[in-house]
Amino acid sequence: MTTSIRRAARRLLLIAGLPAVLVTAWWLATANSTNFYWPPLRTILETFGPTWLEGKLTTDVVPSLARLGVGYVAALALGSGLGVAIGSSKTLRATVEPVLEFFRAIPPPVLVPILILFAGIGDGMKVLVIVSGAIWPILLNTVEGVRSIDEVLRDTAACYRFRTRTRLTTLILRGASPQIMAGARQALSIAIILMVISEMFAASNGLGFTIIQFQRSFALPQMWSGIILLGLIGVALSLLFRLVENRVLAWYFGQRNTQHSGA
Amino acid sequence: MTTTTPAPAAADTRIRRGRGIPTSALGAAGFAGVILLLELLPRAGVVDARFLPPFSDMAAALTEQLASPAFWDALAATLRGWATGLAIAMTAGVAAGIVIGSVPALRAATASTIEFLRPIPSVALIPLAVLLFGTDMRSTLLLVVYASFWQVLVQVLYGVTDVDPIARDTARSYRFSLWRQVRTVLWPTALPYVMTGFRLAAAVALILEVTGELIIGSPGLGNAIAVAKSSGAVDTMYALVIVTGVIGVGVNLAARFTERRVLRWHPSIRREVAS
Repeated sequence: MTTSIRRAARRLLLIAGLPAVLVTAWWLATANSTNFYWPPLRTILETFGPTWLEGKLTTDVVPSLARLGVGYVAALALGSGLGVAIGSSKTLRATVEPVLEFFRAIPPPVLVPILILFAGIGDGMKVLVIVSGAIWPILLNTVEGVRSIDEVLRDTAACYRFRTRTRLTTLILRGASPQIMAGARQALSIAIILMVISEMFAASNGLGFTIIQFQRSFALPQMWSGIILLGLIGVALSLLFRLVENRVLAWYFGQRNTQHSGA
Repeated sequence: MTTTTPAPAAADTRIRRGRGIPTSALGAAGFAGVILLLELLPRAGVVDARFLPPFSDMAAALTEQLASPAFWDALAATLRGWATGLAIAMTAGVAAGIVIGSVPALRAATASTIEFLRPIPSVALIPLAVLLFGTDMRSTLLLVVYASFWQVLVQVLYGVTDVDPIARDTARSYRFSLWRQVRTVLWPTALPYVMTGFRLAAAVALILEVTGELIIGSPGLGNAIAVAKSSGAVDTMYALVIVTGVIGVGVNLAARFTERRVLRWHPSIRREVAS
């Protein structure tokens, strides 16, 4: 009984220990800071509430996240859809794969100036920027995933004359999902970067825009609170992603564990 | 955790049998098709030529760029920033990874902090970097190092845990010095992971380098794109974007080549060569 409590306490200490030390160190180091660039952590946290939770939440944070959500989901749908089509045909794959590799290698932020030409600086441009950057890892990973589906499974599905729909959901998308998720994870961090960049470049609202405004007007505590908010969003989304991944790939992790322990 | 295993690049090297037509010809046809499309769409008026100039214009702008010293300066600045940032991130990542990874207490204590710091988008640091260093090359360097450091660190941590306990105990029984243990037991095990980290970090570093130049305005290709955009030189802008794509492909290929070269003794690479 006591050992389990002690073990839980030890776990908590390990998880929270270092972060607590670091935050305290930051707090103490800047407590009496008069340096303009490094305001006291207390001031930053005090400005956090008034800056973000009152008003800006609906005018800047929500629009940013909405664009991120729409762009990411569109990239996921387009990427995996096209990926399945390309991955299923050998000739098509050989024809378009080099071109896709090239497009993937272009650093996504340089597409921002190009897309501004086409779509102006509205919400459409920002969603397009997110889609155009986040689609490549998903697309190429899906192609790879579809390609590497077990031949025996493929033949079995053919023998049992699966309908196209059944084949797609139970064999192809299922079989490729570990790779699709790997691509989706990369795409998520790219999408967050592009959400911020597209707003820094040209916008009238959004997180990236607001933070750059704070920096230009030398509102340092507000700027710091924005950096912290972006960090928190990044962490929250990656936790959310892991949650989804664990659900979607539960069968895969289970299979891998049994194989590992069996070997 | 599917991204973190050092995936052998088997898929890329296996010989694919098309229906009689070699894959390289199909790939070339793919490129030719895209170029043709880029030429015809604006010429036919489907897309506004002010937004998407015909490919021949882009090619002309590109040759013009290749003749100008300013272009080569920008290219050199980009590559220098990329290489410097990557080198710093690799050194710091490998050193920190080996130290943290081989001390279990340290590893347990830092796990939550690493998991927290890693997903923080590096672009969040842009305002801070601008305030600290202005439009200097160093502000971009900060972004590059921050973004690629985590890629390396996390891979090294995985690599260090992968050490065979028997090999480690054997080394201890023979009273290998600490340095020798690291060099003969730990390093060869971790090396495939280090190379995966290197490959990922090389691509990420390039993205952040160009991003920094584009947004912050430090010298380099990204800045050249921003200048071309604001001066309305659309074909030059496209030409420069193509150049960044070529660099991206080059970086990927070079990283993959280095990986295969460094790991040529490793079973995963040897198996590929044999098959």
